[in-house]
Parts: sequence; structure tokens; C-alpha cells
Amino acid sequence: MSGSLIERPAGLHPPAFDPGYKTSVLRSPQRALISFPSTPSEETGPTFGHLPIGPHDNDLLINHARPGHTAIGERIIVHGRLLDECGQPIPNALIEVWQANAGGRYRHKKDGYLAALDPDFGGCGRMLTDAEGRYVFRTVKPGAYPWPNGVNDWRPAHIHFSIFGLAFGQRLISQMYFEGDPLIARCPIAQTIPDKAALDRLVAALDMSQTKPMDSIAYKFDIVLRGRRQTYFENRPEGM
Amino acid sequence: MVQKLDYLPQTPSQTAGPYVHIGLLPAVAGIENAPYAPVGQTIFDETAKGERITVTGSVIDGGGMTLRDVLIETWQADSEGRYPGQPGADPGVHGFGRCAVEPEAGLFRFDTIRPGPVALTGGRGAPPHITFWIVARGINTGLHTRMYFPEDDLSGDPLLARIEHRERIATLVAEKTDGGYRFDIRLQGPGETVFFDI
Repeated sequence: MSGSLIERPAGLHPPAFDPGYKTSVLRSPQRALISFPSTPSEETGPTFGHLPIGPHDNDLLINHARPGHTAIGERIIVHGRLLDECGQPIPNALIEVWQANAGGRYRHKKDGYLAALDPDFGGCGRMLTDAEGRYVFRTVKPGAYPWPNGVNDWRPAHIHFSIFGLAFGQRLISQMYFEGDPLIARCPIAQTIPDKAALDRLVAALDMSQTKPMDSIAYKFDIVLRGRRQTYFENRPEGM
Repeated sequence: MVQKLDYLPQTPSQTAGPYVHIGLLPAVAGIENAPYAPVGQTIFDETAKGERITVTGSVIDGGGMTLRDVLIETWQADSEGRYPGQPGADPGVHGFGRCAVEPEAGLFRFDTIRPGPVALTGGRGAPPHITFWIVARGINTGLHTRMYFPEDDLSGDPLLARIEHRERIATLVAEKTDGGYRFDIRLQGPGETVFFDI
């Protein structure tokens, strides 16, 4: 497809200003965003089909582990498809993920949570989607952790996703939650999403059909980026 | 009754959070033995045509504080205004950049080539610009903006024509400095940068 990008629906993505998530208060633009039809600057984007993806880049269980070791925690497989709104699979797209370890601690110099670091877990991975837009990675289920917002706010278990489509205007960062987590409904960050159905789409389903018996449990998480208009009727330049 | 439109609903955005560097720039998180090198660390190679420039700047919140945990991505055309992948594009220009700010002064900095004007439909053109995408803790949906150059005539840009408060266009124009260009981004309040819903 080569048409203009379909607009982002109002009310689907979280608003910039949400006082329940205190850091957003001073980091939210107050002026209305300026809308315009997409141009080549938004309709093109970096491609990553040439990237030298290592054999363990999508295996967080071992990609930061000492030889012969694996990360501590519940072993999980996360898989799904990357599609656009029109249902088209997005192939060769770069997906990067990061997360806390099984105890809820990030390997980041700014994270001082008292849960222990796991010497065999780094917490980052990456992969390219295949020709059908499929991706898969293996990791441990991250732990919940407290964060300074309210006095007693806890993040539900989540994995951060960074996704490139084929156009820079499709760029998206989001978070994947886990089916059945009671902290989702109590999380000020998850609750920045105004539409309950939209938030539900960030909750990965337990997928017993892809679970590896006696090894790893599986979750399925499909991702949908904004689409592009079909160019059935091109406007003639002199008509614009 | 009516047929059901079968479009898929978009996946909503969530903040990149304070630990975005683990996934996107591991060395900034303090991870020295990351399993791979991050993307976007070289925007061009030595074969690229065009003027070499350096862009620096800060991202400032509504309280006047410089963000230290922000991550910035940039996308731009080559010196002839062609994007990577477009016919005739300069193979030495990758176009995509990713950077954090250094913790002392809170400045981002990247080396690139000065892009050319971008052709639009109908024979029009957009003056040279670099697209910025800004994510951080407290930013719920990544913010899109553009940096233009102070030497260029911006009057014909159809995008800038949509900005009703004309004095705000200045927030999109970099300042020429001895070492290149300076582009500060104000998230909120007086001098708030123009952001785009694209």
C-alpha cells in the first residue's frame, strides 16, 4: 500500500495529560497537536531486513546468561502477529522488548528496588517479523513492582514493546500485560487508556496450544499498527 | 442492518517508562555486555553526499526542568530530499537516528547530513527538515515534531501553513551555533514546541 496514513482515532490512545499518572502532568503538551495529511516524511521509514539478528537475540532466558545458566523465573514464550488496521501482515519489522526480571527488578542503573538482580538476566531482546508478520521470543515472566506515584502503586507484570512498521508515522511503543492480573485495573499507567476495550487489547492471552509441555508456558499477543489508505483514485496533481 | 467494517482496532500506546534504555540503548542503562548493538547509531556513512552537521539540544518539561531520561529518534531524507528506499536515494544515508541525553548537561547530540527539500504531491515541496519522535517516562504517546533550518525559506510549507498561531513556527526552527545547530524542545507552557498528530 502506498496511500496516506489513516488517522489515529481519538480516545483510543492515552491522552498526554492524566493526573493519575503524575509524571505526565508537566510532560504533556497543552496546545492541540497540529493535524495534517501524511507526507513522505511520515510514509517512509527505516527498514531492518538487513539487520544481523543473532540466534539468541530473541531468547532472554540465555542472551545475558553465563554459559550453562539460564535466567531465574517462570519460563514463558510470547508470540503473535504484527498487522495493520487493514489486516495486512507487516513483514521484516523490528520489534524490541525490555522488561524487569522475575522479581520485578530492572537491570538499569536508576532502578533501586530492593528485589535482587539476576546475574543471568539482562532483560532486553529483539526480533524481526517473518513474511506473515509473526514474531516469537522466550523469556521469564516479569514480576510486579512498586513505583513512586501514589504511596502504594504497583505495576502489573508487563513487557515493554517497541515496534517499527513500514512508515515512521506508524512508530509505536506500548506494554503487554498478562491475562488475569488484578493489578491492571489498579495501575495508573494502564488506566491512562480511556477505552476499556483498548486496554484489553494490551492483555496477552494464555495460549495453551503453543505452550511447550514440561518446559515453557505461552502467551499470545497480536499488535495492530495504523494502516494506510488504498490509492484507488489518485488525485491528479493539477487538481490539488 | 449493515455490513460490519472489518478493520482491526489499533494497539494503544503506553509510556516508554524510565527504563526504556534497557531495550533501546542498553549502554545508557548501564548494561555493558548487551547481547547486540542498538540500531540508529550512525545516520550516514562516509560515502554520503552533503554537508555534515551536528545537532544538539535539550528536552524541557513544563516546570523548566531538563529531562534526563528522554529518548529521541530522528528520521530524515538525504541531501537531495530522498528517503532511504525511494528511487535514487543516496545509499550512504540511513536516515534513522536514536539517541539519549548525556546525564550532566542533559543534552542530546547527533551527527548527520543536512537533508534536502522533500518533494510533495502536486509539485510542491517541504523545506529541509528532520523528524523527531520523543518518548520518556510521563509521555503517554510518543510526540512527533520537526526541526527546520534557520537559513531556509519556510513560507511555502503546506504543513506549517496549518499552524494558526504563526509565532509558534519559531519553535520548530533550530538555532545556528558555532558547532552546528541547537534545537530545544519544550513539552509544555511558554514556548511550547509545536507537536503533530500525524
